[in-house]
Amino acid sequence: MSQSPPVIEVKNLTMGYDGKVVLKDVSFAVDQAEVFVILGGSGCGKSTLLKHMIGLYAPMAGSVLIHGQDIVTAQGRKRRDILRSFGVMYQSGALFGSMTLLENMTLPLEEFTALPKSAREDVARMKLKLVGLSGSEHKIPSELSGGMQKRAAIARAMALDPGILFLDEPQAGLDPVTSAGLDELILSLSANLGITFVIVTHELPSIFAVAHRVIMLDAKKRGIVAEGAPDWLRDHSDNPLVRQFFNRKAEHLQ
Amino acid sequence: MTTPSAHPATLAESRTSGGQRLITLSGSLDAAGTADLWHQALRLAAKPGQGLTVDAAGISYLDGSGMAMLLEMRRLAEARGSSFAITGLQERFAKLFGMFTPADLQPPPAQTIKPSLPEEIGDKAYHFLDDIFSQIVFVGQFATALAAAAANPRRVRWGDAIRVAETAGANAFPIIVLIGFLMGLIMAFQSAMPLKQFGAEIFVANLLGLSLLRELGPLVTAIILAGRSGSAFAAEIGTMTVNEEINALITMGLDPVRFLVVTRVLAAMAMTPLLTIFFNLAGLVGGALVMLSLGFPLVAYLNQVHASVHMGDLFGGLFKATVFGLLVCAIGCQRGLRTKGGASAVGDSTTSAVVSGIILIAVADGIFAVTFYVLGL
Repeated sequence: MSQSPPVIEVKNLTMGYDGKVVLKDVSFAVDQAEVFVILGGSGCGKSTLLKHMIGLYAPMAGSVLIHGQDIVTAQGRKRRDILRSFGVMYQSGALFGSMTLLENMTLPLEEFTALPKSAREDVARMKLKLVGLSGSEHKIPSELSGGMQKRAAIARAMALDPGILFLDEPQAGLDPVTSAGLDELILSLSANLGITFVIVTHELPSIFAVAHRVIMLDAKKRGIVAEGAPDWLRDHSDNPLVRQFFNRKAEHLQ
Repeated sequence: MTTPSAHPATLAESRTSGGQRLITLSGSLDAAGTADLWHQALRLAAKPGQGLTVDAAGISYLDGSGMAMLLEMRRLAEARGSSFAITGLQERFAKLFGMFTPADLQPPPAQTIKPSLPEEIGDKAYHFLDDIFSQIVFVGQFATALAAAAANPRRVRWGDAIRVAETAGANAFPIIVLIGFLMGLIMAFQSAMPLKQFGAEIFVANLLGLSLLRELGPLVTAIILAGRSGSAFAAEIGTMTVNEEINALITMGLDPVRFLVVTRVLAAMAMTPLLTIFFNLAGLVGGALVMLSLGFPLVAYLNQVHASVHMGDLFGGLFKATVFGLLVCAIGCQRGLRTKGGASAVGDSTTSAVVSGIILIAVADGIFAVTFYVLGL
């Protein structure tokens, strides 16, 4: 895509827990403004890989570089700066249950910017508008439906306008219309603002709509089994697993 | 359309012309029908013999339980080396039935091997040491966060602290006063009886004043705090951990210890001495009631208390209460942050918060007793 160095580099990452390796020696890079999708069956380590990329889990070996800085070894201010450069939407939403949506949105702004209260709230309202949640700002998360919580979580991840957004299953549980709206939002942010997306998802329509490049993980191989543009993989991949996935064929009926 | 229970399930045993055994099943093999036939069918299938054929033409309905029965029959027959065949099963059932083999019914080989006694002791010891290690780490994190808060008080979320102070402090007022009053009443009454034999009832005032202010006030207040607020903090923060809210804080670059723990502990440390004062007061009122009923004038009781208790006793007790409040709430928050897994893990954290809180109170109280004695306080 571009000539500039990759925004995220995962180098020889090996991860697991309790001495059991889940993914072994995984390497890939994500470019600026790319929409990068991580695919794979349930339980193959997609979400775990994402949590390693955002520095929540320490890998067994290897490194994750964000803007050239290793998030695994960074400490103190350096680590905080790396964390500030991206936003994360968790699978469960992870909105703060004791705060209203507006407070959820303004919290990162309050902690990390010198913006006055009215400016913070304006920014928060704009982000809520982007995900179609105008008017819900004074509700607490438990008063919202699951899909609305997801959208609010995406809005919160965008609150500080980070250059990278990690989304863990953003479309799961959304209706097709909202899901398509979200796809448009992702494409527009990546094209107009150069935001890089790393998305974990299963939703085929969304993958074909937004992904520039996908990697597919497999639990048995404990690594990446395919990498490329989704259309190309669907039509040309010589890996039966990949073709099955993109053509929605059930395994046990083969 | 056949309704499942319209045809009762039946079973008949016979022999084919070739001398093979034939079991004829018919009717509706749903959970109810299968339950009637299960033992009989398996007993027949397990009989030794050359070949077993099941005539399934009469089966009008077959669900999971019926299929399980057929599979078990096949497994038993094949285990005894006889052949097994099903004939006449309707196409719509055969399609589903064909997805299973008897091997699907085998439980997987046990993954967990029961650890030996030394292994179990080692495992427990490891977890115990790991827990102590994590508490030391937490003390370090908390001290850092507290120092940062002291250096820059504007960064503390005082709104949260005041909200916690209300729930942990003001809302605990009724129960603190009630228990304090009852304890004072009971202690005064119990001690007045033996002292009466020596005509020394007036010394109930000394006993009550000293024991409440120095020991029982801080101790019982802290135990109530552990039960009310230590557990609440563990549950709240534990649920936040399970819901990934703590992860969200971390990836926002916010320190959960600074963000959640410092506010709660500061609020609790401010509230515990206040609650202790009210506990002491309520206890003395309870004692006064007993003394009045024994015929002593109020002023005599008050003078006796005043003469036997010094300001040092009060302030020593309040200092202890502050430390207990710190311990109880810090351990509650730490247990919450250490929560792993789902809803049951939150329950474990809550239990652990109260138990560890009470242990810490007892240990700290012992240390205080020795220290105060050595210092001559």
